[in-house]
Amino acid sequence: MTVPFILFFVFALTAIGGALLLILAREPIHSALSLILVMMSLAGLYLMLGAEFVAAVQIIVYAGAIMVLFVFVIMLLNAGVEERTDYSKMAKYAGIPLGILLLLDLAHWMAHSLIGRTPANGAGSANVMVSTRDLSVQLFQKYLFPFEATSILILIAILGALVLAKRDE
Amino acid sequence: MSVVPVSYYLVLSAVLFGLGVVAFVFKRNIITILMAIELMLNAVNLAFVAFARAWGQLDGLVFVFFVIVVAAAEAAVGLAIVIRIYQNRQSLNIERVNLLKF
Repeated sequence: MTVPFILFFVFALTAIGGALLLILAREPIHSALSLILVMMSLAGLYLMLGAEFVAAVQIIVYAGAIMVLFVFVIMLLNAGVEERTDYSKMAKYAGIPLGILLLLDLAHWMAHSLIGRTPANGAGSANVMVSTRDLSVQLFQKYLFPFEATSILILIAILGALVLAKRDE
Repeated sequence: MSVVPVSYYLVLSAVLFGLGVVAFVFKRNIITILMAIELMLNAVNLAFVAFARAWGQLDGLVFVFFVIVVAAAEAAVGLAIVIRIYQNRQSLNIERVNLLKF
């Protein structure tokens, strides 16, 4: 076991534990905090993959902005313990086995597709970072039109949120 | 110093996505269901970054930004809808929102 492997397993187990906590927690605020835990450990994994800028964006936008929005709404609506209802028989007897099957299939094929393959340009320079400059050149040249389109998307989302959340008089 | 194989990241991504699906199906609180969607988007992002690393190309990283933007827009609109539902039903339980349910 070398240092990258230990780091990977620490981050991976934290992420999986956070996801399990999200499912098991009964208060929405606990689910939100465990989701922040998942996002933080994913940011660590992005750093290990050499994507430093993505890691920073992950923490600032996801853990910072989006989750603050969630926590804000939870507190605004004073969301308490969620009600438990009887799950349908269908979900219990067909859903759980099929879900596990889907999970195993996904994991199997994803592992199979790149088995044992170490990251490219890993020979000798295992810890090379993707430079933010290259990334921004890619974003503003090859993907300029999708980038501009996302600004319209955000504008529409702002307008939609405003219209929806406005209390009619 | 050895490097963690990309397949490890992909398996973790698949596991997180599966847990997101489980949370999406089994949670009864609308806000938590939206959080499950965020979890699935995060799992997909991890796969994007891992593949970008494996092939040594930056396109996957650019797509991660687009996914984050879409997630932010989706969270804003989704939470506005949640507030609206709460005003109408006085409840966050998804079972109470069954007008279109067969």
